This record gives sequence, C-alpha cells and structure tokens, in this order.
Amino acid sequence: MEAPLPGSSEGTPRCTPLHDLHVALGAKLVPFAGWELPVQYEGILAEHRWTRDSASLFDVSHMGQVEVSGDDALVGLESLIPASLQSLAPGRTRYAVVTNDDGGIVDDLLLTRRDDDVFLVINAARIDADLTWFRARLPALTFSHREERALLALQGPKAADALSHLTPAALELAPFAYGEFEFLGVPCTFSRSGYTGEDGFEIGCDGAAAVSVAEALLARPEVRPAGLGARDSLRLEAGLCLYGSDINVDTSPVEAGLTWTFGARRQGALAVPGGARIERELANGPARRRAGFLPEGRGVVRSGAVVRDASGHEIGEVTSGTFSPSLGVPIAMGYVATQYSEPGTVLQVELRGRKVPAMVTPLPFVPTRRHQKRPT
Amino acid sequence: MPNLRYTKDHEWVTVDGDVATVGITEYAQDQLGDIVFVELPEVGRTVAAGEEVAVVESVKAASEVYAPVAGQVTETNPVLSDAPETVNADAAGDGWFLRIRMADPGEFDQLLDEAAYAALTGEA
Repeated sequence: MEAPLPGSSEGTPRCTPLHDLHVALGAKLVPFAGWELPVQYEGILAEHRWTRDSASLFDVSHMGQVEVSGDDALVGLESLIPASLQSLAPGRTRYAVVTNDDGGIVDDLLLTRRDDDVFLVINAARIDADLTWFRARLPALTFSHREERALLALQGPKAADALSHLTPAALELAPFAYGEFEFLGVPCTFSRSGYTGEDGFEIGCDGAAAVSVAEALLARPEVRPAGLGARDSLRLEAGLCLYGSDINVDTSPVEAGLTWTFGARRQGALAVPGGARIERELANGPARRRAGFLPEGRGVVRSGAVVRDASGHEIGEVTSGTFSPSLGVPIAMGYVATQYSEPGTVLQVELRGRKVPAMVTPLPFVPTRRHQKRPT
Repeated sequence: MPNLRYTKDHEWVTVDGDVATVGITEYAQDQLGDIVFVELPEVGRTVAAGEEVAVVESVKAASEVYAPVAGQVTETNPVLSDAPETVNADAAGDGWFLRIRMADPGEFDQLLDEAAYAALTGEA
C-alpha cells in the first residue's frame, strides 16, 4: 500500500511540480479535486482565444497516469470497458468509458496500448475509485499509479509548430497515436490527443523535469500558458464531457452519446458491468439523451438549471454551461427526455427564476480540428 | 474624492445632486475575471437599499449587484449590453452600471468611505 500523500483528500491541497512556475507566471490558483491549480493567468477569454488561434500549455499533472501490466491486460480491461481494446494496435490511444454494474460510468479515460503494458490517463477526482474498481476485479493485473509523473497538454493549431523546433519526431504521430521521444534530453511520452477540440499533444514526463519541459515550450512564441477556466470553455465548445458534471455513476454511455467509443463491440454482446442496461438502451433507445443547448440572449445558463418543454413541464437538466468565447454567446449541455433531444427543438431553461428559450443544438458547438495527414 | 463611497458588496457610488451613479469596484472586476454579460434593471424601477438590481456574469460565475441606496432607476449604461468587457477595462469610469434618483440622499453618507473600503479588501 502506498501511504496517502499530504492533502490527497482534504485539508492542504496538493501542488503539481509546476506550482512555483504558475505563481511566477501570475496565475490565479484555485482548489480543484484536492489540488491547487491555475484557473487563469492573463484571463479566460484571452487564453481560450489563444488556444484556438495558436497554442496553449495546460498543466494537467493532477490527472492520474496509470500503467497496467500483466498477462492479457487488454483482455482483462475489455471485461470492464465497452470498447474494442484487443484490436487496438500498439502505439494507439483510445477514448473509452468504464461502466459500473448499473450501466453508469465509473470514469472516462484515455487508454494507450504500449509495447509492454497499457497506459491510462484518468480523472483526478476518480483516481481512488478507479484503482479500487480495477484492482478488485482484475487481481491478476498490476495497476501502477505513477504519481511522480507530470502531464502537460499542448493544445492548438500551432502546437505542432511549437514542437517542430523541440521534438520534430512527435510531429509524425497521427491523431490518437502515442510515442516516446526525448525532449531536451528528457524522456517524455507523447499522445496526439487533448480536451479542446484542437490538434495537440499530451506530454508526460518525470515531475522533476517538468519545469524545464514547460519552460522550453513557453519560450516558443506560439505558446502561452492557459488555466482550468479556458480548459473548461474549450472542452464545452468541443462538446466533450466533464466527468462529475456531464457524466457520472448514474449516466449510461448510451444516454451520454458515447457509444461511438464502443467500436466493433457495439455489434456483439457487451460483456461488461451494466452491459444489460447498455444493450437494452441500444435496442430501445435511452429515456434521456445528452444534448447541446443554445439559450437566447446573453445570460449564462449554468449547471443545475432545469430544462422544460414548451408547456413548462420539467424534462431535463443542464449539466454544463458557459459563455462561448468563440461564438460570443452562451452555450450549455445537459440531459433531456429523448423525444426532446432532436436538434432544432425549442425548450425553456431556467435562468434566475425566468424561463429563457433554448434550442437543442448538435454537438460540438465549434467544429473539432484534428491534425490532417501532412503532404508528402 | 469626498463624493465617492463604497459598499461591502464591492459597489462604488458617486453622487451628483440627488442622483447616485453605481458601478462595481476595480477589486470586484479583478476577482470576477472576464465579464461577458451584465443584466441591468428597467429604467423606472423602484428599488430598496440592498435589493438585487443587476447581475454580472463572468465566464465562471454569476454575481448579484445590490442597490446601495433606495430610489428609482433613472438610467442604465447602454454600453454594457454590447461591450460588457468595459467593466474590466474601466470599472470605476466607463463601466458604470446604473443611476438611481435617491429617495433619501442622506443614505449616501452612511456608505463606506475610501479608507473603510480599502480596509475591507485588505488594500489599506
């Protein structure tokens, strides 16, 4: 057993290896999932726009980096994750969900098949829950939480430009591909993935080397630091779920619109916890679905707001809402009874005691821009 | 400035005759971050001191603004509907929120003076 780290649950928040750098960069620090993390530096709007136009560096070292080793690790994980993992090629990354016995979601994660093991990136607030869940059900596998590792997300259309001067080998990675490269002599993991709807890389390194990696990236003219505030507005524009808000232990992957993560397994029997509910919802449709909303006016509709049909009946709830810096209007997502989830349906959302018209809108709000194959 | 007062809710108030101009303080705008929307009251509305009279929305959260004095709203800042970021740029000037014709001009003198407000925000 590992000893609990100071502040891992309550009391003093934990700091990432980049904490002093955040302070030096003028960050406003806030508590988040037991950590003290930068919510913004220059300002959320500016950081958001810079990410869409150039490239931003996010410290996501609070996220859990877990190595899974043992015989047939992918077979074991496939018994808990409704995705085609055994067909995953080495060096490829997949977004997936872990389901519970009720067909709800234990966590969402990025899973990479490496040559000798499987590498997971999981949500900070779910590290304990995930490890307990996995270890109890897959006792033959070893789940090693690499707490000493830092994780940096370099996101934006110029992320590759910034790396071209530092780690050109990483530019060869296709979207959702993984590689290990030296960065200024520091061994780093690179995954061409992210949480912004832009091209980008998630870069893992030993915590002791994180400051030098971050400083080298921030020295590039394309790159500025960005905090959790911009990370949230970027992911919401991209229609991506935030665990704990948009998905949780009660929401099923069918309700959440995440069945695309199943791959070929959608065709067969889903032998995972909660598989019966998932198959039933796949066959008959779920009672509710995740949807995007465009509220009228400028008032920002936020998480918890009740959604009603045109005659005022409660039919759902907002789970995330913000002001979209890219669109210049408020955006939101949440769950509504399935018959109201068609794009174009006009509903009402509550805003400070008033009812505001809101139109159901396809997700994402802002088109995802992935790296395209380079011309040769 | 003798005719500049504050509230503990981080509003500033100036007075010209019996009309008070109200905004949020530099400290408040800095705490809120990027302001994306200001909901202002209808002109003509009668408000009590301490009544919610406006809402200021940043990317992260919504915050209420309370009437520092009782009276009738005579004017709201037309700039803020299209350019709420004016509050970030100039909270104490162009980013004003509204004007209230005071029912009791004596209420103004009971608000916090500069020194009392600075003590409140720890910037004394």
